Amino acid sequence: MSQNLRLLWLQSGGCGGCTQSLLCHERPLFAELAGAGIDFLWHPGLSPASGPEALQILEDAASGAAPFDILCIEGAMLRGPAGSGRFHLLGGSGKPMTDWVARLAARARWVLAVGSCTAYGGLSAATPGNPLEACGLQYEGNGKGGLLGREFRSGAGLPVINIAGCPTHPGWIVDTLETLAQGGLVEDELDELGRPRLYADQLVHHGCSRNEFYEFKASAEKPSDLGCLMENLGCKGTQAHADCNTRPWNGAGSCLKGGYPCIACTEPEFENPGHPFLETPKVAGIPIGLPTDMPKAWFVALAALSKSATPHRVKENALADHPRVLPVQKKTGLK
Amino acid sequence: MSRRILGPFNRVEGDLEVILDLDAGQQVAAARVNSPLFRGFEQLLLGRAPLDALAIVPRICGICSVSQSVAAASALAGAMDIRPTANGARATNLILAAENLADHLSHFYLFFMPDFAHPAYAGRPWYEATASRFAALRGSAAGQALPARAGLLKLMGFLAGKWPHSLGLQPGGTTRALGASEKIRVLAQLRECRAFLETTLLGDRLEALAGLDSPAALAAWAAGRPGDFPAFLALAADLGLERTGRAYDRFLSHGAYPEDGAPLFPAGFWQPDQGLTPLAPEQISEDSRHAWLVDEEGPLHPRNGLTRVEAEKEGAYSWCKAPRYAGQPLEVGALARQLVAGQPLLQELVRRQGASILARVTARMLELARVLPAMEGWARALEPGQAYCAPGTLPNEGQGAGLVEAARGSLGHWLEFRRGRISRYQVIAPTTWNFSPRDSRDQPGPLEKALEGLPAGPEAPPLVQHVVRSFDPCMACTVH
Ligand code: SF4
Ligand code: SF4
Repeated sequence: MSQNLRLLWLQSGGCGGCTQSLLCHERPLFAELAGAGIDFLWHPGLSPASGPEALQILEDAASGAAPFDILCIEGAMLRGPAGSGRFHLLGGSGKPMTDWVARLAARARWVLAVGSCTAYGGLSAATPGNPLEACGLQYEGNGKGGLLGREFRSGAGLPVINIAGCPTHPGWIVDTLETLAQGGLVEDELDELGRPRLYADQLVHHGCSRNEFYEFKASAEKPSDLGCLMENLGCKGTQAHADCNTRPWNGAGSCLKGGYPCIACTEPEFENPGHPFLETPKVAGIPIGLPTDMPKAWFVALAALSKSATPHRVKENALADHPRVLPVQKKTGLK
Repeated sequence: MSRRILGPFNRVEGDLEVILDLDAGQQVAAARVNSPLFRGFEQLLLGRAPLDALAIVPRICGICSVSQSVAAASALAGAMDIRPTANGARATNLILAAENLADHLSHFYLFFMPDFAHPAYAGRPWYEATASRFAALRGSAAGQALPARAGLLKLMGFLAGKWPHSLGLQPGGTTRALGASEKIRVLAQLRECRAFLETTLLGDRLEALAGLDSPAALAAWAAGRPGDFPAFLALAADLGLERTGRAYDRFLSHGAYPEDGAPLFPAGFWQPDQGLTPLAPEQISEDSRHAWLVDEEGPLHPRNGLTRVEAEKEGAYSWCKAPRYAGQPLEVGALARQLVAGQPLLQELVRRQGASILARVTARMLELARVLPAMEGWARALEPGQAYCAPGTLPNEGQGAGLVEAARGSLGHWLEFRRGRISRYQVIAPTTWNFSPRDSRDQPGPLEKALEGLPAGPEAPPLVQHVVRSFDPCMACTVH
């Protein structure tokens, strides 16, 4: 038991959805984590200890009296009003959550920011003027900084591990935790925004069931249409880093399978896209958010070409909510 | 008089602090409920495109994310003057019901029952079995309940893309049309869920529990029956949980799950002595007297509501406003919904002894038993090839209200937009009702009232914990 990793989890400026999502894990969660060598020291939503008993666990961890390994924070850091941290005083302690997190982070071997709020500020920082003074653990939107500062390193020598996503997929968290239990994680396994590459090396676009529509620029025009959501409905799947279309959500889903665009919830500042979420900003009819890795001239040329070559089936089905024109049956045998 | 501060109050959704003033006999003389976290979503929405609400409001709350979406979609549908298609309405019911039932399971297995594994109960005849089954993180029940909950939420993978935080709920319906095979998968998933409820939780057919019409019938049904809910009923009888946790005995429901014409559970306002009266939404107001928010000119209807921070305010002790109905505090939740819907067992229970821990938990179980069969019906009624989402156009100016039922009770969104931008957005969440602070007339909120008189000294059994959790609070919503 004693070499098991001890995991301490706290929640602040967020919706609690990353924990709720975690509980959707495919397999019995507690047994899997225990089997992988991870024990919960305390989690506000799951643990038995309450009130003074819980505060004692946190105090011992923060003072160093009871060493622990992993600190998971869920929710943005609320520094307001006026730097006081009073927008979130940890219940029963009278002290700002930001103070608790700073003290605990200094003792943890690894610090995980669970969810985009915690990583970059997310929706909690999106109120005009940011009156909550919300920020991420080591980022403030796109910029480094945040509560712990750009130079922060946890005991194991790593920056904050940003499991970005709004919410996070349970697999992203579980696989990251179990990587730590397997002997750690090296900096090269994080991308340049601090996200575990085990899910952030892919683009959402990879494996999207709408790829055929994308190829022919056969685009959806209204919610529930089957076509590609990039041209009109704001899809950022060709730019957003995550494996949402190859790692199923809730057994069989993804945003795109669900019929709505990727709003790039794993990216810093996704919450303020500068345009309505469900519309694609365009200049002269061309989407301004072009696919990562694709020069604009190519895109324009390819789009024109593929539009001119769109099969009837693809064109028709793009504007319907279930296929109206079916693939033809080859009568001569497949070659 | 002495004071106890309970916090962080865990195994609730979000952060909570309860301040108790105890009398000489160590009983609660007065309770104050503090929601210690502020989130500010109502300001965040100002100036956004109206349809952006569909992306933003689910993120108010990770546990009732879909309920938020449905409220916003319904407020927008009002402003657009459209109605969801028949398939869209059925799919919305399925999605909302999946969330609500999953929340009931989380509440029972993860939040509520582990308190009975508390060492204070060592020595009760049921203690050993309860502790080994329900102890937090270690008990045997979670290993079964979490996969069952995840299974129910697999409906989201088919119908809503993902959970939480789906953009699939739209004013005109839903964005995901099911194919023939997916409809079969949804029905199979519902069968699996039924099997868990009947074998593990209830120990009987859903219909058998749903048909019980009196507390006596419930007691007879439960005697000696295997199953986690019957096990709870046995310990509840031992501890007298039918006598603990009464608040004001005034109950409100916005009505849930619209079906062609009438909803599955109707809207209304119910009191034990006066019975049912129709819901009068214009009677709703919010009072900021004891919140760290500007008082404005007294309580306001949410249609005209404002949310402006005043962090240094005399007499304030929470970030939560105090919603009132005709000036009175009231209780929302599964119990309220079932009382308004005329469930005879619960009505008799509340008429006799008032609302209680037992009544609130039993109401959730009855809902599981009543809603799952309805879900099977909605899934079977999905018509292949028919539209799921009606098109619509958003006017430049407009307003709307979306009144729905989340697992924890009545949720309302009030929206107004001008020149294509949101100019006002007000939310009243279920726990805002139940865990409200005092108001300008110093009336305690429902939980504050329910805690009065309970033993709460250092040696007391965890009754306060049971009462707080019997409401299934969600603080993230409360402090939107
Ligand atoms: S909908 Fe988005 S993710 Fe899917 S193919 Fe189109 S651009 Fe790619
Ligand atoms: S598809 Fe895009 S918006 Fe949806 S969960 Fe993945 S990254 Fe987030």
